[in-house]
Amino acid sequence: MSLLQVQNLRVEFPTRRGTLVALDDVSFEIAPGEVLGVVGESGAGKSMTGAAIIGLLEPPGRIAGGQVRLEGRRIDNLPYEELRRIRGRQIGAIFQDPLTTLNPLYTVGDQLAETMTTHLPIGPAEAKKRAVEWLELVGIPAAAQRVDSYPHEFSGGMRQRVVIALALCAEPKLVVADEPTTALDVSIQAQVIALLKNLAREKGTAMMLVTHDMGVIAETADRVAVMYAGRIIEIGAVREVVKNAAHPYSAGLMGSIPPISHRVERLQAIEGAMPRLSAIPPGCPYNPRCPFVFDRCRVERPELMPAKANRAACWLYAPEEAHRLQESGLA
Amino acid sequence: MFSFIVSRLLQALPVMLVVSFISFAMFAYVGDPVAIMLGQDFTEAQRQALVQELGLDKPFFVQFLTFLGNAIQGEFGLSYRLSRPVAELIAERAPATLELALCAAIIAMAVGVPMGVYTGLYRNSWLSRIFLTFSLIGVSLPTFLIGILLILVFSVWLGWLPSFGRGDVVRLGWWSTGLLTWSGIKALILPAITLGLFQLTLIMRLVRSEMMEVLRTDYIKFARARGLPNRAVHFGHALKNTLVPVITIAGLQLGAIIAFAIVTETVFQWPGMGLLFIQSVGAADIPVMAAYLMMIAAVFVSINLIVDLLYYAVDPRLRIGRGRGH
Repeated sequence: MSLLQVQNLRVEFPTRRGTLVALDDVSFEIAPGEVLGVVGESGAGKSMTGAAIIGLLEPPGRIAGGQVRLEGRRIDNLPYEELRRIRGRQIGAIFQDPLTTLNPLYTVGDQLAETMTTHLPIGPAEAKKRAVEWLELVGIPAAAQRVDSYPHEFSGGMRQRVVIALALCAEPKLVVADEPTTALDVSIQAQVIALLKNLAREKGTAMMLVTHDMGVIAETADRVAVMYAGRIIEIGAVREVVKNAAHPYSAGLMGSIPPISHRVERLQAIEGAMPRLSAIPPGCPYNPRCPFVFDRCRVERPELMPAKANRAACWLYAPEEAHRLQESGLA
Repeated sequence: MFSFIVSRLLQALPVMLVVSFISFAMFAYVGDPVAIMLGQDFTEAQRQALVQELGLDKPFFVQFLTFLGNAIQGEFGLSYRLSRPVAELIAERAPATLELALCAAIIAMAVGVPMGVYTGLYRNSWLSRIFLTFSLIGVSLPTFLIGILLILVFSVWLGWLPSFGRGDVVRLGWWSTGLLTWSGIKALILPAITLGLFQLTLIMRLVRSEMMEVLRTDYIKFARARGLPNRAVHFGHALKNTLVPVITIAGLQLGAIIAFAIVTETVFQWPGMGLLFIQSVGAADIPVMAAYLMMIAAVFVSINLIVDLLYYAVDPRLRIGRGRGH
């Protein structure tokens, strides 16, 4: 059975000018120990999906439909207090900017110990001991001394290691990592990703890795979901999606990664921009930018359907449109 | 730490010098002390004698240095009005004002901070709206009006509390306290509320806006994502981060409470320094005014020092040069 099941998740933001739909009919699953990468442009709904799963949507955002299940138990409609017990204990979270995610007024040891004593049946002395162990585990040198340091005494990369320790210290089964390396120096990014990947594998922790860095996904994830305008438009094994994307948008996204093997004069780009939430077109949200668009795309919204080795939300892969797929050259 | 305190004290020196100069300048420019002391009938010889006695015939800077030297020893001369040493007068009145100011500050903090936290957390609840409306009243009504209204309700109509004075006091050495007798405490309630109300609403609004600011930060979101209980998130993580600005304002306000207790003391005929000051102004009693001015400056300077030390205690980022583990 899968660890996390998200079914037809819909997130809305009521505003004065009407309701914005930030996530629309998002469904996916994560198996125990699996790493699911979630990619897409800024504003595609990647982070929103993570926030909805841990029940920390920014008000006035709210889950307007669908379900989130953890080990078969529905968690999206739990009262705040019950969901709080799940956060940290069963689902850990890592945020983007390590410079702002740690409370500046507490030592890293205190923050670790506080998290562990909240969720685990251990006393303060044991928590302190484990805090040192966790700092060693995430590669903080001289952990026994640094445990009493304040966040501002660490570099950005070191702080993100502390954040990773904080997310994992109550041994959750799933970690939602929201762009864990975006704010770091490029030279540090690889180290932090490797650490995260190894720790997750060691502890058997599943991970939802939100990023817009395809390199990180290719290296870390088992499967990948591509999001566009609040919807998942393609999902499949990472190798298949990177090498052989089915949806025209994912194909364009992968095509925009410059190859390392030969020199290119101009980087590939997808024409146009992702629509704003207030102006998502009917039918397929990608239709205004799609080079293969036809009438049906502008009217009818495609569901995820088998496409190549993956599943994609694109009418080209409907059996009755097979001739168009042939013409498009995507097949 | 020690060098920090020393450097702060050195910075305070010029402030005190300037204030003492202004205090001294009052002697030269506010009224004529000789005329005030002699009254209407005097001979030229009497005037000359007094001028010499007061040292007014000496050069300006000699006079200033003499004043400064005396001030350092706590010697501010004789009150024109009461013909008693100023230092003695102030020492007599200071306990009343300090007790009043301290109680007002405690009320302001003890009520203002929880109200600020509550209104910051539950922005839209009806109780928050009541608190905010109440705070508008506290900010906009002048102190004397609040004092008079309280007297009207609690002294005149209900007859629960005395309308003036300090009640019975107990002497502990040179300090006279009203906190040890029932009538002293009863007499303290109305003036303390009157004096503290403005500060209370100010602190409440400050804590509220700081809380709302802090609750939006990533580390609060992360604390929630770690599954910490609300109590720990709100009071451990959020409130502590609002403390630096709150301490600043609360400290400055404590100084203001001590310095500007004048109105409240007048309304309640509270026998403190403010009342002494206002009576001295009425009589152009310059030695008292000068001493009061310098004392208030000293109070502000020392409160600022304490506030700086509290920053140190609250925020580890300010403890530069003392870092560990480097």
